Amino acid sequence: MVAGVCAGVGRWLGVDPIVVRLAACILALANGAGVLLYLVAWAVLPEEPTTGDHDAAPEAIPGTRRGSQLALAVGCITLGCLLLVRWIAPFFPDRIVWPAVVAAIGIGLVLARAGDSDRARWREAMTRLPTNPVEALRGGWMVWARVLVGAGLLIAGIGSFLASTDTLAAVGSVGIAVLATVLGGALLFSPWVARLVRQLREERRERIRNEERADMAAHLHDSVLQTLALIQRHADAPQQARSLARRQERELRAWLYDGRRSAFADAPGNLAMALDRVADEVEADHGAAVDVVAVGDCQVDEHVDALVAAVREAVLNAARHSGADEVSVYAEVADGRIEAFVRDRGRGFDPAAVDGDRRGITHSIVRRMARHGGTAQIHSAPGEGTEVTFELALEVESTP
Amino acid sequence: MTPTGQTRVFLVDDHRLFLSGVRTELAGHFDIVGEAVDVESAVEGIRSTEPDVVLLDVHLPGGGGRAVIEAVHRTHPRVVFLALSVSDAAEDVIAVIRAGARGYVTKTIAADDLARAVERVREGDAVFSPRLAGFVLDAFAGDLPPGTSLDPELDQITPREREVLRLLARGYTYKEIARRLQVSIKTIETHVSSVLRKLQLSSRHELTRWATDRRLV
Repeated sequence: MVAGVCAGVGRWLGVDPIVVRLAACILALANGAGVLLYLVAWAVLPEEPTTGDHDAAPEAIPGTRRGSQLALAVGCITLGCLLLVRWIAPFFPDRIVWPAVVAAIGIGLVLARAGDSDRARWREAMTRLPTNPVEALRGGWMVWARVLVGAGLLIAGIGSFLASTDTLAAVGSVGIAVLATVLGGALLFSPWVARLVRQLREERRERIRNEERADMAAHLHDSVLQTLALIQRHADAPQQARSLARRQERELRAWLYDGRRSAFADAPGNLAMALDRVADEVEADHGAAVDVVAVGDCQVDEHVDALVAAVREAVLNAARHSGADEVSVYAEVADGRIEAFVRDRGRGFDPAAVDGDRRGITHSIVRRMARHGGTAQIHSAPGEGTEVTFELALEVESTP
Repeated sequence: MTPTGQTRVFLVDDHRLFLSGVRTELAGHFDIVGEAVDVESAVEGIRSTEPDVVLLDVHLPGGGGRAVIEAVHRTHPRVVFLALSVSDAAEDVIAVIRAGARGYVTKTIAADDLARAVERVREGDAVFSPRLAGFVLDAFAGDLPPGTSLDPELDQITPREREVLRLLARGYTYKEIARRLQVSIKTIETHVSSVLRKLQLSSRHELTRWATDRRLV
């Protein structure tokens, strides 16, 4: 009827709009509640994003004709209501009725503009949204004229109401006039404001979605695509291609699955993550696959840091000298201590008869652990592979 | 390794590239009777071909590997599943195991090891990758909170099982573990199967809650 609220409610309820309109009219006749309800509904209900078939019907009515029709309708409804009220309550004077009708027509004219501009915006560009009401007002002198006439009528209505009653003279207060103006303004602009807030919210949601997508695309480009390109170039060097692939796999997995964990914990300060990093670095430099399994976890202090460094040394040794293409790392935090194992199935060696270079490395691992109150043992035999075991008592409470 | 007769294997994975890779690797060892790329076609294909072993990806469009196991086991309880995944997410892996998979291996597994794992589950044993062993140790770590009703048969692992799991997590093969603990491979297999059974039946509430808790540590 006026802004399609009835039709909208009807569609929502699955009832013929006529029924809703009749109900609204009856409510309006009752005591004006219908009118109030209608205006509130118009302001509050979300406007349908009119795409395709839906916008055909409302657009059939040309904007200007719609505006005046709407204004007339609002005026008539108001008049009807007030006449009804006067009939119920005879003391209700004429001098309130007519200014109110004039003001209602004014509101109708101005709000008709809002409806038109919204519709036009939805139709033209679904995503481009106005950032202020002034922009919404841009749209030719006809519109401006209508808004001005409407606002003038409203102010005239309010003014004549105040003048015709004795309030203005009796109280003589500017306050009432200001209040009346503010109320009028609020009445005029509330639908706009409500719509604006809604549109801004939608825009924001869309922007967040786009940012996430861009983030993902950027990450995949920086990491996965680059690595795939590298792998293609190294296709004739399988060892290198494999280590690239493993490294990328580890990175992507960390990005996909550890994001939440690192958001809650001090990411670089965890034993499991420190070991993952060790594995990552060694794989990148030496091509051997390093599998890390960690049970429990703890924060890294200087002693744990020493353990990680010793583990790294052992993994490096295995990758460099054992000839195995896979190194297993297992770390367990339980009962106030850390145990770690580095194992390969390479050629192994006889710990009793190692050359000087090897002994140096061995000693550096063992001594490093001893300095921090831990132990390291190396088990190996020719042809049997090597396993280095570490043990370190924790000083702080572990976080299993 | 004993490829006795021809074990009939069905492959389920939504990455066709990976699917064709596995097929090439296993074609010499097994009779590949079919493949599927989503839950619906997998259930259909497995029911019509009735394979011995299904190699099942944990992540599948249409409900995940778990949905396949549940649907197939309703009509064909004898089909065994081996879960295969690149995923590190413990809750996904545990979910598939609890649904009835006989083991879990990561996709980086070598072809020979994969073939051995398929044989092992066909014979009714469990297959634990080091990573799964780590998950299980994590899940059964620590004491239950006081007041929890405890079924010692199901809700705890024995010290010996724990020892086996730790060696598995350290990268030992069954054979190496058996030699180290000076028992037979069959004994190790019994321990591992027992752990698998506990993993599937335990009411230990950490098993369901632990995965999410762990992410918040």
